[in-house]
Amino acid sequence: MSKVVERKPLTFLEKTYLPQIIGGLKITLKNFFRPKVTLQYPEERPPIPVGYRGVPTLVRDPNGREKCVSCQLCEFVCPPKAIRITPGEIPEAETERAHVEKGPEDFEINMLRCIYCGMCEEVCPEEAIFLQDIYSVVGTSREEFVNHKDKLYELGGTLPDQHYKWDKKKTAEERAAAGGHH
Amino acid sequence: MDWIDILLKVVYAVLVVVVTMTIAGYSVMAERKIASWIQGRIGPNRARIPGIADIPVLGKMLVQLGIFQLPADGLKFLFKEEPVPAHVKKVYYNIAPCLSLVPALVVLVVLPFGVYYVDGQAQPLVLANLDIGILFILAISSLGVYGIVLGAWAGNNKYSFFGGVRSSAQMISYELAMGMAILPVFMWANGPTGSLGDLTLFNVVEAQKDLWLVFWMPLPAFIYLTALFAETNRLPFDMPETETELVGGFHTEYGGFKFGLYFTGEYAHMVIGSAIFTLLFFGGWQFLPTFGVLPDWVANPWASWGWIGAVISVIFFIVKMYSLMVFFIWIRWTLPRFRYDQVMTIGWKYLVPMALACIIFYAIFIAAWDTFWTIENIPAVIDQAAP
Repeated sequence: MSKVVERKPLTFLEKTYLPQIIGGLKITLKNFFRPKVTLQYPEERPPIPVGYRGVPTLVRDPNGREKCVSCQLCEFVCPPKAIRITPGEIPEAETERAHVEKGPEDFEINMLRCIYCGMCEEVCPEEAIFLQDIYSVVGTSREEFVNHKDKLYELGGTLPDQHYKWDKKKTAEERAAAGGHH
Repeated sequence: MDWIDILLKVVYAVLVVVVTMTIAGYSVMAERKIASWIQGRIGPNRARIPGIADIPVLGKMLVQLGIFQLPADGLKFLFKEEPVPAHVKKVYYNIAPCLSLVPALVVLVVLPFGVYYVDGQAQPLVLANLDIGILFILAISSLGVYGIVLGAWAGNNKYSFFGGVRSSAQMISYELAMGMAILPVFMWANGPTGSLGDLTLFNVVEAQKDLWLVFWMPLPAFIYLTALFAETNRLPFDMPETETELVGGFHTEYGGFKFGLYFTGEYAHMVIGSAIFTLLFFGGWQFLPTFGVLPDWVANPWASWGWIGAVISVIFFIVKMYSLMVFFIWIRWTLPRFRYDQVMTIGWKYLVPMALACIIFYAIFIAAWDTFWTIENIPAVIDQAAP
């Protein structure tokens, strides 16, 4: 069952297109007076959805300590090779973190290379690297686009997390040393 | 002519050119603003000149309106790097943008833009009240296409070349319809009811005291308007620079101030085109048509106000002209672009025959009108014509 729609021949007035043009002018005139929908960008910011993949940053744990242990997995997995980590020892002075194996001496992410794929975040065993909601990256030189460790921690801040791998290891070690069993 | 007169004329000429160029420049701003309003955007609202923009309320309003966008654009055009591609023909490449702007400005000479009264006799405010006014305009304004074609040729690449060729074909087609659409107007203005029997635009305006010609000759007005759209390369007829097909059309190779010249030339062309349309069909500087019923002062209520009246007449003329510019822009954001064969079809198969039909119809009508009505009623009008 197909319904045949009869196509009427155009009337003379319709063939001149003038009524259609006038109709179009009316529509644009109506739009002319409608409220504007533009976002005034630098003053107004768009809402960022949860899970947005913005600039990759390093975060600290709730105790304010570096989480990164410079395992270099992110550097290895990064498709455009934007991440470079210089591994380093945990300084003697930081007794708080003495039980952690390593820490990065420097951690750089080149934002000119980064493709915001989020694989570093996926692969990080320490949940130390996060893609957060920063989306406007500006700078006037190539150097400014390379985020070093300080900058990354400044951008990242602290995220609430439940991942206390080294604390657990420490308590376990202390228990073992005290003669307990685990 | 005294040297004082010559000096005055030069001053007037400079004034007229400056005003026209400013209007042309601000039409770019108007275009951007109106385009954005139609599309639900706000448009340019950031450029500010410190001194003026700091005035409490007014300054902020002007910034929001984008009034200062023109100086910003101008400065940008001036200080931008101007590359000259290696493959262009240097001499023609440099001459072409000027060539497209000059004819548009030369046409200004014969445009009457207002009226003043000496001993009750209406005099046009015009640089040169030539007897051949409209012929001069048609002759000079069609030269504008040389700038485009030359630029396209000098650009030395196929896209610009296509733009230039299209442009010339389109100009020729629509020039014809345009010229023919004007004929009924001049037949009417120069019948026994009209006075002097020449082709100045001033006469046409004077002949429209009773009835603006757009009411009396809607079809020629429509044809003229359509041809004007095509002549000024406005959408839906912007074949010479169709971005979708030709990258940038004839000005693909141009940048910086040379492109700016092309741009201003185009807008100056629009300004002058709408000025001519206002003069021919919208009663020029006249306030309202009398329709033969209302008292005579309705057409020119400020006739007896001396120079103030003259200024008001100019302002009123500019208002009419600018509303037509707004219409140009409004159409641009309403209609999609024609295909090239459609442009040619409309030009040759519809507009030209329609214009011819108009000429024949109005010729017969005006002849009959003159024979059976005017001559009988005002038999002495021919004698008055001789000064």
